[in-house]
Amino acid sequence: MEIIRPPVFTPQEADLAEGQLINSFYAQCTSQIPDPDRWLEEKLQRNLLLTTVDTAIAWARQRSIFPLMFGLACCAFEMIGMAASRFDVSRFGMDIFRWSPRQADLMIVAGTVTWKMAPAIRMVYDQMPEPKWVIAMGACAVSGGTFRESYSVVPGINHILPVDVYIPGCPPRPEGLIYGITQLHAKMIKGTIDNPNLSLK
Amino acid sequence: MTVAINCEETGKKLQEVFPGSVISTGKADIVVDANKLLEVAGYLKNTAGLDFDYLTFVTAVDFLDYMEIVYRLVSLKHNQSLILKTRCYDRENPVVPSVVSLWRAAYYQEREIFDLFGIKFDGHPDMRRLLLWEGFVGHPLRRDYL
Repeated sequence: MEIIRPPVFTPQEADLAEGQLINSFYAQCTSQIPDPDRWLEEKLQRNLLLTTVDTAIAWARQRSIFPLMFGLACCAFEMIGMAASRFDVSRFGMDIFRWSPRQADLMIVAGTVTWKMAPAIRMVYDQMPEPKWVIAMGACAVSGGTFRESYSVVPGINHILPVDVYIPGCPPRPEGLIYGITQLHAKMIKGTIDNPNLSLK
Repeated sequence: MTVAINCEETGKKLQEVFPGSVISTGKADIVVDANKLLEVAGYLKNTAGLDFDYLTFVTAVDFLDYMEIVYRLVSLKHNQSLILKTRCYDRENPVVPSVVSLWRAAYYQEREIFDLFGIKFDGHPDMRRLLLWEGFVGHPLRRDYL
């Protein structure tokens, strides 16, 4: 079998070839590189984004809420419906419902809260890291609902927790819950680094 | 499906074995004296031909004059059922014997009845509140609550 050998250059020839390559690179370097944004319009070239750190952080918080998996009664099914494919709360950056309160920053209290359950809810709320928000979902969580006069039901969870958004309904439709979450977004965007819970003005 | 046992015949039989135990018999229920409840229940569970080995539920009803505790017994062997009732006339300190020693299923339901009606079950291993918290005043399912 015939072996094809590469052409053998003398050292002078190799130096010459290398010099030519370097010269071509050098010529490219001295000529001006065309501006990749040249095709953009004049208006866009002068565009500038200015924002505050507060707004940027509040925006980031607003767009990646980690809700706590937390259902107490029939409202929980509407919350599950909101998270599933038909209503798809992933559109608002709430992809994953967290099982652990230590990884969550939104607590959706969906359902009737009894006095016997109240200490557990308070403990779960205390375990959540700051900043944290609470949504009271449904008539029972808002005010006790039809069980308001009952001996065993908390008449509104604002007696045991600070609540950011109240969503009435028995139970509220997933659309209602999504509207409540957008209201929470509107509240979150007004927050600052040191005070994420500035109220709506 | 279980078939309800003939309560009148069974009531007569119980009256023969334990004289004075049966207060009344209806079409579908037997009311027995609370003092002899445990003996009657043990007889119903352990006698061949009856074999009520399964307790479906225990509940209570407040009739203001008295409170009634209702047991539904089922015999899985003979596929028949029986409603056993007992009455408790004392509202201040009502005590009824516990059937936990016979049917373990009564454990939580007797605690629930104690919680909501205030009826104490004598012989229950752990007689304390189940649904409401310690310190709650009153028994909410009584008719005179509120």
